[in-house]
This record gives sequence, structure tokens and C-alpha cells, in this order.
Amino acid sequence: MGIIIKGRTIARGKASGKALMTKDPISFLGNIEPETGKVVDPAHELFGQSVQGTVLVFPQGKGSTVGSYVIYSLKKNGKAPAAIINLECEPIVAVGAIISEIPLIDKLEIDPYTVLKDGDEVIVNSAEGYIEIL
Amino acid sequence: MYLTKEEERTLRGEDGETLRKMIEILVALGDIYGADALIPIKSAQVSGVSYKTIGDAGIEWISDLNSTVKVPTVLNPAGMDMNNWERLGIDPAFAAKQIEIIKAFGRLGIDPKCTCTPYYLSGFDVQYKDHLAWGESSAISFSNSVLGARTNREGGPSALAAALLGKTPDYGYHKTENRKPSYEIIVDFETSGSDYGALGFVAGKMVGNKIPLFKLKSVPTHNEMKMLGAAMAASGAVALYHVDGVTPETKDKEFVYEKPPESVVIDQKDINAVYESAGGTGATGAQGAAGASVAAGAPGATGVAGATRSPNDIVTIGCPHCSKEELEQIASLLEGKTVVKEFWIFTAREVAEQNKTTVNRIEKSGAKVVCDTCMVVSPAANSYKSMLVNSGKAFAYVPSMCGLKATYGTVEKCVKDATGEI
Repeated sequence: MGIIIKGRTIARGKASGKALMTKDPISFLGNIEPETGKVVDPAHELFGQSVQGTVLVFPQGKGSTVGSYVIYSLKKNGKAPAAIINLECEPIVAVGAIISEIPLIDKLEIDPYTVLKDGDEVIVNSAEGYIEIL
Repeated sequence: MYLTKEEERTLRGEDGETLRKMIEILVALGDIYGADALIPIKSAQVSGVSYKTIGDAGIEWISDLNSTVKVPTVLNPAGMDMNNWERLGIDPAFAAKQIEIIKAFGRLGIDPKCTCTPYYLSGFDVQYKDHLAWGESSAISFSNSVLGARTNREGGPSALAAALLGKTPDYGYHKTENRKPSYEIIVDFETSGSDYGALGFVAGKMVGNKIPLFKLKSVPTHNEMKMLGAAMAASGAVALYHVDGVTPETKDKEFVYEKPPESVVIDQKDINAVYESAGGTGATGAQGAAGASVAAGAPGATGVAGATRSPNDIVTIGCPHCSKEELEQIASLLEGKTVVKEFWIFTAREVAEQNKTTVNRIEKSGAKVVCDTCMVVSPAANSYKSMLVNSGKAFAYVPSMCGLKATYGTVEKCVKDATGEI
């Protein structure tokens, strides 16, 4: 049994993976390539890394509303993150995660940046409103 | 957020997977923005229609849905005229994708009419205080501001979710307290016609997503306010504005508001800068474009015999789509003239069909009346170099969305340019 932290459910589901952390907001349109899942914006902290299968931790989304469809495209291409943790989710990523069935939780009771680090194994159970750090 | 027993059932997936996802979208948005319930809507307008904007991922998503809309629902402009796409040189591969998108929307019971002016269509009449879920920025602005209806700025999926459920979360512009002006704009000179698009272009950059209250010297028409709102939604993110003594809420005694904390004066030279700039881009706008104004002003540029001095190789009107009155004005200005370059006039198909005589008068000059699409969302204009527009919104978007220069002018100037008089 790992550490359990409660949060707010945005997209219901349950998935696990290794944490990939960034303090940069993400614009899925432009920052991430839907065919590969790689962060292609040289100005982004995660430049060159792949989000595929990760529990992607970022503060919130930004940019064009077409970003919701980019998330859907990532999922269809098998390159999407397994789950998403936001500090505070905004509509583009919320809608993208819901239509793509990617579990998404935000507003955790403990700041994820203080308890999580890259590579930690995390379960996101947004169906029941918590994450578990293994 | 409070959900009824029926809504709870939908959220549990008992009404099918599509509606489960749709209500999940509305509940998530409601939670993010602090809505306490879902409220019924009268109509919906779904954005994200052009293949140019949504791509293959968008097609897949729409095609995977399996349900029927609960309220009258219309679409944003598509990437081409759905009946007459060959005429503007659309690539057949693009056309095939665009047709697939419209068919996919049609399977959901959506009226396959593609327009940024749904308020001109039968079945989409809008009354004061009606709740809507509309997705095209100028239509949102017009319905909120000029008609006094209530809609948030819906993205493609959230408008579709609202349409399929007939409901939207009650937050933002649906609530009276969020509709009060937060920025005062004083215009102390007479304004008319395309001045409003230029004014909107300037004002949008100042106010961002605040709610401006205009104090105008002139009384604008609905057509003029359409151009004002469209430009502000493009150069800024304005979804609602008021015109003191003109728009319905400022005349409603129950709509009480204080003087906005910020106030600014826009003067004639700010507006003139828009007319005088050429090659303006959405990002830098009037001031940034000043250095590029040589092209438009170049006096005495000599052309080959029969060519005009104008540097524009295409002229477009109809952003937002033309009303009956605007079509009639263009037809009168074109009477007895022949165009010497591409001149496209965009409108809703229903409006074109109801005004066939006017459309024929316009097309007699060689100009083309085009339906279902516009210069911004269609790839048709991408191969041209310099476009003259009478729309502050088109002026903001054409450089970045189509990759060509844009110049701003009046309707009269557009007709003169297209017919080789300047």
C-alpha cells in the first residue's frame, strides 16, 4: 500500500505508469507531436521526451482548443499518456482527456511537486478520486 | 454540481457510451468553472468543422459518436462551399475529407448548414435572455451582446456535448453577475460602416477578455455591431460587449452595473491606422504593420495595360457572413460593373437562396457568392498574395491562417478595387 492522495475527478478511469513531471504548462497543439508522442517544442522543459504511457504531471494546459483533438489523436496512435495529473485543469485538456478516456485528476490535497519525482510508479484512480504512489 | 436523477443515470453510462462521455464533459466544465447545475439550452452551434482546423483526429472523434441532438444545432463554416467547391479550386482530396465531416455531423441529427451567422436562419431565432451553446466567436459575441442572449465560448466538443444533451453547465455568461461591463471605451467621433470593424480590431487588443461598455457618438446598426463584435473576438477574446443605450441589457432597468474601473478613449487616428496599414498580422496588428504600409500606398506603381495600381490580387467580403442588407448594398455598388480580379462574397446558403435575385445581380459582375465557408477557414485563398477585406476579423486572421497580406478598407473600396477603379 503506497501513499494515497485525494483529488478532484475530471476524467474518470484508472491507470498507472511512471511519473513524468514538468512545471511548464502544455499546449498539446504545437508542443507534442501526435504521431510520436514526443515533445517537439525546443522551448519546453520536456523537449525530446515521450509522454507515451506516462503519468504526465503538469500545472495546466494552454493554447488552442484544437489541443483537445491532438490528445484524441495521441490516444488513437497509442502515444498518449496513461493518465494525467494537473495542479488545476482547464477546459482544453479536460475535454481532450474525457473524449480520449485518459484518467485525469487535479487539485490534489498535497502538491504533487512536493511528493512525486520523475520515474515514480503512480496509480491514478480518478474514478474514485485519488492517486496512489507505489 | 447538482445532477438530477436522470443526469446521474446518464453519467453512469445507462444511456449509452456517447452520452456518458458528453455529460462527463459538461460536468467537468461545470466543476472547473463552479457551475451548480445543468440548464436547458435553446440551440447549439458546433465549431471545429473545417478539415483545415480539425484534421483526421477530429473526423475520427465525430464519426465515433452515436446519438442524436436534442435541440436545433447548426455548424460553423466549413472549409469549402459544399455544393460548389470546384469553383474556388479546392483540392478533391480536401473536399472528400470535408464531405466526410459534414456527413458525420449529419448522422448526429445536426442541420448541415455551415455559417457564422446562425441568427439569420429560420429555427434559430434568439430572444433576450435565451440560453445557448454556440461555438463561433463572432456568433457568440452577436448573440450575447446585440441580442442579449446567453452563451459561453464553447469549444467543438463542449458545444456538441451541449447539443446532444440539450443542456449546458450554468456558469460564466449564463449568469447575470458575470455580464456586467468591466472596461469603458469612449469613442468621441462619428462612426459608420467599416469604422466598426476597425474599432473592434483596436478595442479587442486593449480589452483582452474583459467586457467593454462602449459610449458611442453614433448609433450602430445590427450589421455594424456584427462587424464590431467579430473584430473584437479575433484581435482579443471578447465574448460580450455593451453599447450604452443601444444593446438590450443597457436598456434593462433590472440590469444594474457600476461604472467600469478602467476607461479609455479611442480616437480617429487609432481607426485610421487600421485603414492605412497593410500586411497586418493578427499578432502585431495595426501598430506592428505600420512599417509594411508601403505596398498599399505605393503611388504611381505602374502596371501592365489593363491592370490596376492596387497591389491586391483578391478581394473578399462576408466575415461574418453577409446579411440580406449587406448583399443588397454590394449588388448596388456592383451595378453595371465587371470585376478584374477574384472577388468573393461569403454568406449562409439559406440567406443566398432567399435572395437569389440579389445574388444574381452580384454574380453578373463576375464576383462569386460563396456559401458554407469563408476566407479564413477555407484553403481556397492560400495561393494569393494580398487580400483586401472589409472585416476586422478577417484582417486579424488572414495573415496567420492563410499566409497572405491583408489590407483593410470600406465596402466601397472593396468594390472599386475588385472592379479596377483604383
